[in-house]
Amino acid sequence: MSDTQIDIALTVNGEPVSERVDARKTLVDFLRDDLGLTGSHIGCEQGFCGACTVRVDGEIVRGCLMLAAQCDGATVETIEGLSDSGEIADLQKAFAERNALQCGYCTPGMITAAQDLLQRGGVPSRDEIREHLSGNYCRCTGYHAIVDAVEAVAEARAGGRK
Amino acid sequence: MKITEDSPPVLTVLDRPNSYIGRSVPRPNLQRLTQGRGQYVSDVSLPRMAHVAFLRSPHAHARIVKIAADKAKKAPGVIAVVTGAEVAKVMTPWVGVLTHLKGLKSAPQYPIAVDRACWQGEAVCAVVAKTRAQAEDACELVEVTYEELPVVADPETALDPKTPVIQPELGDNLCFERKLEVGEPDKAFASSDAVIETTFLFGRHTGVTTEPRAVVADWNEGEQRLTVYQGTQAPHMMQNLFAKHLDLAEQQVRVITKDVGGSFGIKVHTYADEMATVALSKLLKRPVKFVADRIESFVTDIHARDHRIKAKIGVNNDGTITAFEIDDLTGIGPYSVYPRTSGIEANQVVNLVGGPYTTPNYRAVARVVFQNKNVMCQYRAVGHPIAVAVTEGLVELAAAKIGMDPLELRRRNLLPDDNYPAQSAAGLKFEKLSHHETLAHLDALMNYAGLRAEQKKLRENGIYRGIGFASFIEVTNPSAAFYGVGGAKITSQDGATLKLDAQGHISVHTGVTEQGQGAEAVMAQVAATSFGVPLDRVRVVTGDTDNTPYGGGTWASRAAGIGGEAAWQAGKALRANVLAVAGSMLQTKPETLDIRNGVVVDAASGSERLTLAELARVAYFRPDTLPAGVQAELMATRHYVPRAYPFAFTNGVQASWLEVDVETGFVKLLKHWVVEDCGTIINPQLVDEQMRGGVVQGIGAALFEHCLYDERGQLLNGNMADYLVPMAMEMPDIECGHVVSPTADSELGAKGAGEAGTAGAPACVMNAINDALRPLGAQPLTDMPFTPEKILRALGKV
Repeated sequence: MSDTQIDIALTVNGEPVSERVDARKTLVDFLRDDLGLTGSHIGCEQGFCGACTVRVDGEIVRGCLMLAAQCDGATVETIEGLSDSGEIADLQKAFAERNALQCGYCTPGMITAAQDLLQRGGVPSRDEIREHLSGNYCRCTGYHAIVDAVEAVAEARAGGRK
Repeated sequence: MKITEDSPPVLTVLDRPNSYIGRSVPRPNLQRLTQGRGQYVSDVSLPRMAHVAFLRSPHAHARIVKIAADKAKKAPGVIAVVTGAEVAKVMTPWVGVLTHLKGLKSAPQYPIAVDRACWQGEAVCAVVAKTRAQAEDACELVEVTYEELPVVADPETALDPKTPVIQPELGDNLCFERKLEVGEPDKAFASSDAVIETTFLFGRHTGVTTEPRAVVADWNEGEQRLTVYQGTQAPHMMQNLFAKHLDLAEQQVRVITKDVGGSFGIKVHTYADEMATVALSKLLKRPVKFVADRIESFVTDIHARDHRIKAKIGVNNDGTITAFEIDDLTGIGPYSVYPRTSGIEANQVVNLVGGPYTTPNYRAVARVVFQNKNVMCQYRAVGHPIAVAVTEGLVELAAAKIGMDPLELRRRNLLPDDNYPAQSAAGLKFEKLSHHETLAHLDALMNYAGLRAEQKKLRENGIYRGIGFASFIEVTNPSAAFYGVGGAKITSQDGATLKLDAQGHISVHTGVTEQGQGAEAVMAQVAATSFGVPLDRVRVVTGDTDNTPYGGGTWASRAAGIGGEAAWQAGKALRANVLAVAGSMLQTKPETLDIRNGVVVDAASGSERLTLAELARVAYFRPDTLPAGVQAELMATRHYVPRAYPFAFTNGVQASWLEVDVETGFVKLLKHWVVEDCGTIINPQLVDEQMRGGVVQGIGAALFEHCLYDERGQLLNGNMADYLVPMAMEMPDIECGHVVSPTADSELGAKGAGEAGTAGAPACVMNAINDALRPLGAQPLTDMPFTPEKILRALGKV
C-alpha cells in the first residue's frame, strides 16, 4: 500500500476479489479494466448518463462516481452477475421481445435501474417508471418501448395479465 | 396500398410459405446485449496495446509556436509524444469536397494540427502511454506555446470583407453556395392574398451517442497489415480512407466493426483523432486505442444544423400556397468534413423545402460559411428537420393568417396520391407517395376533432395546449447520385453472400452494418424467407471488410432497402443452386421443387422430399455419389443498387399534442403520432421503434439540445450537465401508423425508415407550441431549441 494505491477486498458477483488499485480509480474502471467485467459501460464519467449503473450493497450507484477504494468490504453486483443468477431474466426477455434496446449500450444500466424499481413491488404507473429511469440516458429508443417492457414485467410479477 | 397495423401485409411476390416479411420477430442478437456480453470497441483489448490521449487546443484559432514535450516524455508509462508534423510524415492530409456540389471548397486537414489550430478542441499533440490515465497525466506536462489568432465565430459576418479569412489559400470564408429559382416566385408573391415572412433559427447540436467514438488500430509490422476495430457505420469506406492516407493497398487494411453504442450519422465520418490513432499504430508498430471521453465528444463529434433561414410563403384565401422562398446561412467548422463534405445539409435544405406540396414557384439561396468552431456534417435526417420545420412552420403560419384549419390547408396543397410519378418544384423525383392517405390515417388515429374540442374547453380554464403537424418527405435508398457521382469512394450498392453450411443452416454476410437499428434481424428475415429456412437457422455476419461483400454500410436509411434487396436476391440464387443439386439427387426437375421451412419439398403438393441437412451432407461429404458433371454451388452472392430513381422518397405526417405552462414557460409533451410510408415493412416493430427513437431525437432538437458558443469560439456547455438530452420523464408515448407504397425499383419494395421520425418531430413541436400560445397573442416561436426563457419572452413575460 502506498499514497496512491490501496488494497481492497470485496465481493463481486458472489466471488471474493482482492486487488491493489489506484486510489483515484473509479469503480467502473476497476470493474472493466481490472476484472474484465465490460458489461458496465462508460458514457459520460460525470454521473449523468447512467450507463455504468451497478448495485453496491443492494443499492444502485453510478460506477463512475464511486471510487474502487470506497468498495472495500462491499458487495458489488454487475449486469454479468445479475444475468447469471437469473434475477432479471424476465426483464431481459421483455426487453428483447419488445425491442426495448437498439444499440444496447445503455441496456445493462437501464435494466439494473428498472430492477431497482420493480424490487419495490407493486405495479408502477408509466409515469413512475419514466421517473425512475430518468437517470438513464438512451439515445436510440425514445424510451416508449423501455416503459412498455418494464410495465409488462411489473404486471407479470404481480401475477397480472401479461 | 393499404394501412397496416401489426398484422403482416399480404404481398404477392414476397408471400412465400414461410414468410418472415412483415412479422415483428425479435432481433436474434439481443440477449448478448441485455446480459452485458456485447463487444463494443471500448471493450476491445489486444496484446501490447497502448492508449492515446490527445492534447487539444484551448483556443478557437491559434498558431502553435512551440510544443515542449520533454517532461511528458519522461512521465510514468509514456511510450511516445507525437506532434502533428510527425504524424504528417506517415499520413497524408485530406480535403472534404465533392465535385457535384459545384464550387464547394475546403483546405487540407491533418490528423493532428500542424502549425495552427482552427477550433477549440482540435488535437495539437498526442501522448501514447501504457494506460489512458497515464497518457492523460502526461498531457498535462506538455507545454504548448500558442499565439492567438482572430476568431471567426459569427456566420452573419463571415463573408464581410473585414472579417479575417480562416483558410487564406481559399480566398474567402465561403465553403459552398447554391441558388435555385423555379417558376415565377416574385410574380406569385405579388399576386398572393397574403405573404408571411419570418426567420427560423436552428441551433447547433450533436449526436451524443451513448458510447463515444472508439477505435483500436493494430498495425502488424510483420504482416504489413492494419486491422482497425472501429465503431463506424461504413467499414469499407474507412478501409479505403485508411489505405489511401497511409499509402497502403486496400488489401492491407481490415476494418472490423462489432457492437456500436449508437451512431445516428455521427460515426460515418473521418475524424482527425481516429486517423491519428491509426497513424500512431503504424508509427509505433503496436496496437493503439482511442476512446473519446464525453468532453472530447462534445468538441470533436460532428455538430449539425446551425442554420439561419429567412423564409417566405405566399398563400391565397382559398388555401392555395403560391410560392416558397428561403435564404439559408449555415456556419460550419474550419474544414469541410471528409469525405461527405459539410455542404450536403444546406444542399438538402434547398432540395427539400416545399417538397410535399404542388406549389410551382420557389426561390432558394444557401450559403455555407467557415467558422472557428467544431466541424459540422451529416447527422440523422440531414437537412430534413430544417427543411420540414421551415416548410411546415410557414404552412401553419399561413393557415393561421387566412383562418383555415392547418390540416385542411395541407389537403389543398399536398401532392395528390393518384398522380405519380411526380416531381417537386426543386426537381425531386417521386415514384409513389401517399400524403393524403397518411394524413387521413393520422386524423383518425389521433382523433383530431376530439382533441380540438378538448383544447378549446381547457383554454377556458387557462390551460394552454397545442396541436402541431408536420407533413414530410424523406430521402432513403440513395443511389450513386448522393456521393459516388461527386467522386467520393462511398459505395451506394450493397452485397449479400448466403452460404449453406454442412448442417443445412445458412449464414448471411452483408455489407450493411448493425448500429442497433436491427439490420441483422432484417437481413435474417429476408434471407430466411427468400431461401426458405426457419429464422433460427440463419446467422448474420456484418462489419468486417475481410468477410463481407463490398458495401456502403448504414447511412441515409439504406440498410433494409438496399442491403435487404441484395439478401433477397442472394436467397433466390442460393435456392436455385440448392434445388439444382436436389433435382439431381432426386432425379426430378428443379423447377418442380421448392425449399420451405428448411426442407426441400415438392412445389405442387408441399410434401417433403429431402432435408437440407441431408442435401448438405451429400454435397459436402459424398459428392462422389452425385452424377458426373454435377457440382454443388452452395454459396451465392448478389448485389443491388437502385437505378430507376436517385432516391426512394418516403413520406408521412406527424402530430404533437403538448401543454405550455404559461407561467414558467415549460412544455409538457402529452402525445406524439407518426403515420409514415416506408414501402414494404419487413419488421413492423423495428419500423415503429425507428420512428419512436427518431421522434425523440427530433424532440431533443426542438426543446433542449444546443451547442452554445461564445464570440471567442468557446463551447460553453460541452458536457451532459449543461447540454440537455431527452430523458424518459420528459418524453411522451408515441403512436405509429403505416401506409404501404412499395418501391418498384426492387422486388422487396422496402424503403428506409431510420430518419423520418427525426425529420418531422421538431416542426411538430414548434407548431404545437405556437398553436398553444396563439390565443395569448404570443410572437410565433421559430428559434430552436424552444427553452422556457424563449417561451416567456414570446409571451412578453420576461
